[in-house]
Amino acid sequence: MSKEREFLWRRLHSLLGIIPVGLFLVFHLSMNFTAVGGEDAYNNSIGLMESVPPALLYIMEWVIIYIPLMFHAFYGVYIAFTATLNNKRFSTFRNWMFTLQRFTGVFLVIFIAWHIFQTRIQKAFADADVNYNMIADIVSNPVMLGFYIVGILSATFHLANGLWAFLVSWGITQSPRSQQIATYVTSVVFVLLSIVGVAAILAFV
Amino acid sequence: MPTTANTGRMVKIEILRQDTQNSEGYWEKFSIPYRHGMNVISALMEIQKNPVTEDGKQTSPVAWDMNCLEEVCGACSMVINGRPRQSCSALIDQLTEPVKLEPMKTFPVVRDLQVDRSRMFNALKKVKAWVPIDGTYDLGEGPRMPERKRQWAYELSKCMTCGVCMEACPNVSEKASFIGPAPLSQVRLFNTHPTGAMNKDERLEAIMGDGGLANCGNSQNCVQACPKGIPLTTSIASLNRAATVQMFKNFFGSDHMVD
Repeated sequence: MSKEREFLWRRLHSLLGIIPVGLFLVFHLSMNFTAVGGEDAYNNSIGLMESVPPALLYIMEWVIIYIPLMFHAFYGVYIAFTATLNNKRFSTFRNWMFTLQRFTGVFLVIFIAWHIFQTRIQKAFADADVNYNMIADIVSNPVMLGFYIVGILSATFHLANGLWAFLVSWGITQSPRSQQIATYVTSVVFVLLSIVGVAAILAFV
Repeated sequence: MPTTANTGRMVKIEILRQDTQNSEGYWEKFSIPYRHGMNVISALMEIQKNPVTEDGKQTSPVAWDMNCLEEVCGACSMVINGRPRQSCSALIDQLTEPVKLEPMKTFPVVRDLQVDRSRMFNALKKVKAWVPIDGTYDLGEGPRMPERKRQWAYELSKCMTCGVCMEACPNVSEKASFIGPAPLSQVRLFNTHPTGAMNKDERLEAIMGDGGLANCGNSQNCVQACPKGIPLTTSIASLNRAATVQMFKNFFGSDHMVD
């Protein structure tokens, strides 16, 4: 890493977590949620994705998802492992959020790698069809269902708390009161996204 | 008031000792006679007078730093019962026993409870935490500072570089390069000063380098730990906003670097 660039890398890390990675998560969970309406509703909605020309979809996947996600993930792992956790001494709410952000982040790297392997890579190399049955097949194993639920909750937490940190890191919320209100708002974001995400995965059971 | 009378009560103190900079730490237990109004420093002085452990073993006197004894110099900071704070204002009556004393290990330990806080003073130099007024002629009076601004800026000026926020911060350690909360807040203080603000871009540049402002992880321990109640996290968020603007000014160029 070149000299005196750390500020830019950190700010980029903060920005990419929201745009596009965070926005993609909201979109992804919303798509999944259509499964609540049944197998056909889900297959129809993901069928929409296949109406995008494959070359364009491929470019979009890399530009909107993989490249920003990989930067956010790998730089985030570096950030997580340079921290010295001290919740025993300082067991405040914010310090727990700090710690949870790092734990969920590292867990998400593992979860997302597995999730992409199980779905996207299977489609690309094993010619598997990504549809309702594929996911229903995966979560028919209770261990996998548990792994997916923890993964979804980690992602919604990491986004909601990351949104709070983004607001501070870019200087949008400055005063203690504004930061407190942001805590309430991002808590609501966490709860709503979690309901959408977990309801969706349970629709495959 | 019988402030020196021996009440017969003994106070138990456990200290994490370290003989040299690179040697391993080890715990030693002491039991010293209680005196009314005793603080951690007077307890350490008692040990210094008679450096004998609880089990009667002769040992070396414990080394620690101190200076003002009224919580304004910042020299006597140590970790007391798990919390970093000043030992001069830590009263034995208000502490649970045994009182556990450890050095602030986020800094290099010199000996026993003494640490080397040089990185903080180097950081103050790095961020130019002063108002430059030296020149070849008298510059006259500076601009006036609004009274209400002076009032909150005064709170920031209470920083005594004690290192407690650095010890509390999970992102300040030997494995990370983060400059820490205290010097950042000083940037806000000097950028608020009407004359200091004439060089505000230089200070912002200094904290927009490696190990700077963006390395804050928002655990907000610093503001909880600060013995002077300095709004460190508000300072950091305020600098974040200033740095956002500065980032764009640097990239696109601007005639408004200092206003």
